[in-house]
Amino acid sequence: MLVIRRFEERAARSYTQALIGGYCHLNLGEEAAVVGLVTALEDRDYLFTNYREHGYALERGISPERVMAELYGRVDGVSKGWGGSMHLFDLDHRLVGGYGIVGGQLPLATGAGLAISYRASDEVVMCTMGDGTTNIGAFHESLNLAALWHLPVVYVIINNQLGMGTTVERSSAEPELARRAASYRMASARVDGLDPLATYAAARNAVAAARAGEPFLLEVVSERLRGHSVVDPAKYRSAAEVQALSDHDPVRLVGARLMLEGLLDADALAVLDEEAKAIAEHAAAFAEASPHPDPATLFDYNYATPVANDLRRLPGEALFAARARPTEVV
Amino acid sequence: MIEITMPRLSDTMEEGSIAVWRKQPGDHVEPGDIIVEIETDKATMEYEAYDAGTLAAVLVREGETVAIGTPIALLDDGRTSALAPAASAVPTPASEPDVGTATVAVATVPSTPAPVSPRAPAVADTDFHARTASPLVRRLAREHHLDLRAVTGTGPGGRIIRSDIEELLAASATTASVATASAPPEMRRPSAQVTSAEQKRGSRPVPMSNPRRVIARRLGESARTIPHFFVTSVADVEDLVRLRTEMNEHLVTTGQPKISFNDLVIRAVALTLRAHPQVNASYVDDDSPTMLIHDRINIGMAVASDNGLVVPVIEDADQMSLVQISARARELAGLADAKRLTIDHMSGGTFTISNLGMFGVEQFTAIINPPEGAILAVGSTAREPVGVGDDVVLHHRMRFTMSSDHRIIDGALAAQFLQTLGEILEHPYSLVL
Amino acid sequence: MALMTFRQALHDTLREEMLRDESVLLLGEEIGVFEGSYKITAGLLAEFGERRVRDTPIAEEGFTGAAIGAAMLGLRPVVEIMTINFSLLALDQIVNHAAKIYGMFGGQARVPLVIRTPGGGGQQLGATHSQNVELYYAFVPGMKVVAPSTPADAKALLLAAIRDDDPVLFLENLTLYNTKGEVPEASVPAEIGRAAITRPGRDLTLIGYSRTAWVASQVAEELAETEGLEIEVIDLRSLRPLDRATLVESVKRTSCAVVLEDDWLTYGIGAEVAASISDGAFDYLDAPVRRVAMAEVPLPYSKVLETAALPSHEDVINAIYQTLDAVGRRRPGARR
Repeated sequence: MLVIRRFEERAARSYTQALIGGYCHLNLGEEAAVVGLVTALEDRDYLFTNYREHGYALERGISPERVMAELYGRVDGVSKGWGGSMHLFDLDHRLVGGYGIVGGQLPLATGAGLAISYRASDEVVMCTMGDGTTNIGAFHESLNLAALWHLPVVYVIINNQLGMGTTVERSSAEPELARRAASYRMASARVDGLDPLATYAAARNAVAAARAGEPFLLEVVSERLRGHSVVDPAKYRSAAEVQALSDHDPVRLVGARLMLEGLLDADALAVLDEEAKAIAEHAAAFAEASPHPDPATLFDYNYATPVANDLRRLPGEALFAARARPTEVV
Repeated sequence: MIEITMPRLSDTMEEGSIAVWRKQPGDHVEPGDIIVEIETDKATMEYEAYDAGTLAAVLVREGETVAIGTPIALLDDGRTSALAPAASAVPTPASEPDVGTATVAVATVPSTPAPVSPRAPAVADTDFHARTASPLVRRLAREHHLDLRAVTGTGPGGRIIRSDIEELLAASATTASVATASAPPEMRRPSAQVTSAEQKRGSRPVPMSNPRRVIARRLGESARTIPHFFVTSVADVEDLVRLRTEMNEHLVTTGQPKISFNDLVIRAVALTLRAHPQVNASYVDDDSPTMLIHDRINIGMAVASDNGLVVPVIEDADQMSLVQISARARELAGLADAKRLTIDHMSGGTFTISNLGMFGVEQFTAIINPPEGAILAVGSTAREPVGVGDDVVLHHRMRFTMSSDHRIIDGALAAQFLQTLGEILEHPYSLVL
Repeated sequence: MALMTFRQALHDTLREEMLRDESVLLLGEEIGVFEGSYKITAGLLAEFGERRVRDTPIAEEGFTGAAIGAAMLGLRPVVEIMTINFSLLALDQIVNHAAKIYGMFGGQARVPLVIRTPGGGGQQLGATHSQNVELYYAFVPGMKVVAPSTPADAKALLLAAIRDDDPVLFLENLTLYNTKGEVPEASVPAEIGRAAITRPGRDLTLIGYSRTAWVASQVAEELAETEGLEIEVIDLRSLRPLDRATLVESVKRTSCAVVLEDDWLTYGIGAEVAASISDGAFDYLDAPVRRVAMAEVPLPYSKVLETAALPSHEDVINAIYQTLDAVGRRRPGARR
């Protein structure tokens, strides 16, 4: 959790330094949910997530260096600089995609479940999404298919209670999102995402159900400590709300609990925090040192199967090389 | 504002050079006034104004060469026109004409084509082509050096399409070797680029005039494509020399110009051609089932003028007296030296005579001037020992070599021609009859 | 060789590939119990069972996306979308996901997916069921779009599409399903990205794909018999990648071209073809490239209006005549 916290804070800084481009969505405040969910998965299980996925990548075991390098758009990034913050992917760690289109990952995760079911193997697919995603058509189409076909998929709603600036109450007629599973006769649960152990327990339960061949809908109620993305000042929140958020900070809560239970003292926690900061700093240094992709590789991923007449043309190039002018008789 | 563009002043002209600006910026111009003298591929032509006005700017300097249709000057007729924006981009009349700015003016023209007047070629040539010829035709025209001005387009909107230029293409097929020889791009090299071999030679590029370039192209084409053969003969011109001496004595006393040896040869050749019309002929091309026999005898005389080789033509030379031929030849040579020969003076020849006798050349061979069938190379007249009865005496003798196009003239015909010519030269009374 | 319909060639090829490769499965609406809206999949449910022939709910985005996800894990799904009009419901999954996953993740995941879907028009199906929007997919890097016009190509290109590791939109056409042709017994995949000169000629290049390539062949045959015209017919076969070289080389020989397309003219397939020809064969063109395409309206229901909006046989012939006229190539006395 600390590593995720410090990594995201470091990413925010790099973003403001223009070392990271595009969009950058952070898992700040969701650390407990991330850790609880991912810990419930076996290494062979697949994880589909959305564009707020740096923490998931770290928790799946991908090195912080390669995650940060991807944010920097460098060759050592998990997606070789092609994906960026929203599109982390590492087949070895079975993180099969952050996806930038809201809800885009749901049919894909359903299909992954189909492939597992088709082969009668015992992996499970976990597919996380934000609370806003539950109103998109793909949510319903996917849950319906998964229930119909008995697919081993755990759909997880990270309900941080805000879809960008719109609250759940203002966007969902049934704000208790887990209840939507009833439409598909799908098992579901709702859990406190600020509590990593509770989240882990609920996720284990859901994963077990999926491994037994039925999909599951898990709602994890969480917090988003900052704006929707790094550049969102979150002015739609009142000062009181922001103060309350600080009180709910899962990292602080977990730290306090560990000390209360005598598992850690303040010094040890400080050491862990320094280690986490060092990991984040090292990741940033690694990313900055990693080379930019060579423009000559621009067409390397046009197609998996090479094809005739694949047009590898740079913007300024003519479609056809100009003919030599006819020679004037001199 | 009226744009004056490089006019097309000969049938083969593709570009022209400004020889002399006869009007300067600020000068008033009336229709018919000579504005500029233009050196075409064949001659220097005077170009008249079609409209009244003030010459606002010259866009091409003397000695510069531009393509047909390129604006060369602006004439202020007191009216604004679509050309005004382009005109504003050119230097003021007082300033030095700037070729670079002229290019800008050209580039802006196609978007605002001026109305086509039957008198003034106001539309740039490039514009004309862009509007009326298909891309295919324009490429073929470029590659085969076709002139599309005379072609009537039968495509939509009068567009010139490939089928409209079939004849031109066929005609240029005989010149295909020119295009072929010039085709490989690797043979092209900017003239400014000097190779090590050239450094070794101390070479420097010297511009070739348009007429010189045309001559070079034509002669190369002739030498490569026409199967030449050469027949040399010699004539005893003792009587001819005596006749000329006597005639000239008479002419001098009556205050008339003398007859040159060349005049005599022209007359002799004209009479010989009348006796052998098959030599007064042209080969058309490999696809043609016919050749051309010319009923008129028009003799070109190669003149090494101060401005290079030109070949003015004495028309109907067989119909002219010796004095007439002499007068005409003198007139044409004078025009050549003055660069005043027109296309008309130099076209329509049926046979050419090249005479290097005045340089003491004994004999030589010449390259046929297409589309003519033959050319006669005349050497000097010198005294040589000849046998007369049992005596050896010195007589004036002259050697001449005819180069013939073997596709239409055979060896025997050439020999018979030279035999007749020799008889006329040896018995010169027919020349004055 | 065996003479069979386009439909039969598709059916047989699907069956053959399912027999050959366990990872091939079919998904789509009404493909199983109903045996397919156009009966391409008739009998396959009975033969292969529900595991491999999967009827889906009416949820194009869901089942197309599921096929993409299954493909990412190594299956080779062949999706049937009932008509190309309905593919718009799956546009996000096709364009934002199928076409992107290989490149966006730096080549780590492949999407060996085939989407079979027919275009059409002319059956009085009205505005929403008569579109030909293959262009939307041909526009997108990462996609491959093939469009066979003969039963033989239906087989060869479907084989190629199924065995390809990239998402392939396989364009069919309602009009073509009953057309017949010789189909080779051997299963030899076509090379995606190659056009075919299906008829050589020197008078004009006539270009089509899917149904319009079939029309082009018919018209060329007719004009050869009635007027002795030698029309070169090019079947694009692949809309992405587009085989520009074959187009350009043909026009260099004929100096003029007519494109037949089943979509709208503005920004259509023909626009890309014409632009490519003008790029590559500018100096060889004796007339502008002519396009024959639908009128720019939502296709009406009324038979009279529908007929007015769709390119007719006469429209095609007239475009050819006018182009031949423009290059002065009509035979004297030819009918107008």
